[in-house]
Amino acid sequence: MNKSFKTGQLIVLIVSHAKELMREPSVLFWGIVFPILMALGLGIAFTQKTEMTERIGIIDTKNNLSDSTNSIESFLNKHAEKIHHANSADEYKLIVKNKKLGNTIYIFQKMNWKEATILLKKGEINLVLEDKSGGIDYNFDPAGPDAQLNYLKLSKILGRRKPAVENSENIEPLTLKGTRYIDFFIPGLMALGILMSSIWGLGYTLIEKRSKKLLRRMIATPMKKSYFLISFISVRTMMNFLESLLLFIFSNLVFGITIQGSIVALLLIFIAGNVNFAGLATLISARTANPEVGNGIISAVTTPMFVLSGIFFSYQHFPDWAIPIIKIIPLTMLADSVRSIFIEGAGFGEIVLPFVILFVMGILFFSIGLKIFKWY
Amino acid sequence: MQLFRDNDSVVEVINIYKSFKTVEAVKGISLSINKGQFVALLGPNGAGKTTLVEMIEGIQKPDKGEIYILGKHWKGNEDELHNAIGLSLQETRFIDKLTVEETLKLFASFYQLNKSRVNEIIGIIDLEEKRKSYTVNLSGGQRQKLALGIALLNNPKILLLDEPTTGLDPNARREIWTILMQLKEKSQTSLILTTHYMEEAEQLCDYIIIMDYGKILHEGTLNELLNENAEEHYIEFSLDKIFFHDDLFKNSGFNIDWDQANNKGLLILKDIESDLPEFLNFIKRNNLQLRYFESRRKTLDDIFINLAGRHLDE
Repeated sequence: MNKSFKTGQLIVLIVSHAKELMREPSVLFWGIVFPILMALGLGIAFTQKTEMTERIGIIDTKNNLSDSTNSIESFLNKHAEKIHHANSADEYKLIVKNKKLGNTIYIFQKMNWKEATILLKKGEINLVLEDKSGGIDYNFDPAGPDAQLNYLKLSKILGRRKPAVENSENIEPLTLKGTRYIDFFIPGLMALGILMSSIWGLGYTLIEKRSKKLLRRMIATPMKKSYFLISFISVRTMMNFLESLLLFIFSNLVFGITIQGSIVALLLIFIAGNVNFAGLATLISARTANPEVGNGIISAVTTPMFVLSGIFFSYQHFPDWAIPIIKIIPLTMLADSVRSIFIEGAGFGEIVLPFVILFVMGILFFSIGLKIFKWY
Repeated sequence: MQLFRDNDSVVEVINIYKSFKTVEAVKGISLSINKGQFVALLGPNGAGKTTLVEMIEGIQKPDKGEIYILGKHWKGNEDELHNAIGLSLQETRFIDKLTVEETLKLFASFYQLNKSRVNEIIGIIDLEEKRKSYTVNLSGGQRQKLALGIALLNNPKILLLDEPTTGLDPNARREIWTILMQLKEKSQTSLILTTHYMEEAEQLCDYIIIMDYGKILHEGTLNELLNENAEEHYIEFSLDKIFFHDDLFKNSGFNIDWDQANNKGLLILKDIESDLPEFLNFIKRNNLQLRYFESRRKTLDDIFINLAGRHLDE
């Protein structure tokens, strides 16, 4: 058996898998279009808006304090625009103008506590004001950052009895690239894309092929077993490269995201990430022939990574003891490295350690996977 | 147990056993297959045929016993033996979105074969029209032909087909048979075929091994099997009214196998000249009326019922 024959075998295997993949239109959608849509959706949701609208509940205290000149209602009557509704209670619209932070439009609505509770539970309001003889009660959940923000803004206005307050502090909005949410999110999304597409595209496909007895048929030939797996991994890596590239081009055009660090370092960490997740996928898919069991194993492995690895929000909010553990999760390592290259301008020096760990871990996963791999 | 331990033997199986968690699938089977010989492993579902064949194919390992393919063990000779055998598994699925031609090319690459062999195979299995079709769009018969084509790619010395025509309509089945009969004429390939269709074993194979419950019940050439107890006559009959008293037949002294569900019986007579008039008298005595009465030749199914007490297709 000469070497060129075996190489020919590998090439035909790679071409066959590539064809198989490209002929499934859903692969293109979930692999390429979906991450871009996700980036677009979250990018828009978290990009600083020029104007925000917030609804605030006011407890209707008709009889006792409504005539008081200190009451919320009298303040609103004076400074806010009254909107009359035919079928429901009147509302007040107060525009708090701020050139640097953006305008906030507050809609105040009178209600009783029962209605307020329902709206709080639905998340439609997060702050309820109530006139008390001693002043205004601010009812809100202190753990909610939005509620806290509304409290801070409104207490300043209502406390001073002035419709708008210009900040006395000197605010300098940061426009520096790399500090926006989308700058944080896109590198993480790329790392997540590599994980998901490797685990599902490789792991699940292998399990499915085993359940269809295709693996059994193929190894009853002189085919080299490792080539079979390597051909899958190669095609998947090329797909992942394409997916990441398109996501980058998109976020560059739409959000102006650039790579501030070393592109060579980025390519290296990309390869290490692919090796790691391909190894993990091989290990996950090594034994079971039941796609439903495979589904469960895949979810069990990917969900904790998905939640912990700080893809959507920084993992710094987790308790201190958990952070060292979170940092050695492969997805965290990849996301952090990609992010540091994108936004911190990191070079090879900064990613050499995660590169080596991801790579070695991947080779280890793959070797164990191949060793225990059930072909039939 | 007869063993052909001569130089022409391409497959030699010596007293193998294989158990799974809850079943003993193969319980001490020995067999030997010669060059160019077509052998059928005939038996109902669950007889252990697939397990036996998969052990010969090297896909499963026997718990006990020896298997020699071309005089060699599987262990250490995988590459050489994989190059010498061709096989099709029960219910093979291919890569859905590859065409017939691409699938053959992929397998051809494993054997270092070129495109001309792929074209040759497409001709042999008569799938020229389907050359560019995805395998997922093939009919059951076309899929089996493709499986057979893959098995034949490397001009195997030994061909192992596991139920190649199960679930196919009679036309598709006949097409597979034709391909195999042409192979027999043109090559020295040995065939091991598992089936529960007696016609398939009769049509294609020179030697038939009847199996059930993991054991060989009987074996021989078709003529040998059918000519044993050749004095026996097989007569099928049915009655004009639905008949429930099968005790009457059991206690009649005749060898009658009464099939209540189909309201028909099989009568086996040794001395037809004296026994037949007695049977007709018995019918008359019991006020029964024959609707259908036919003497037919003995089949492999009769032999199987005799050995195993059930039909091949049960």
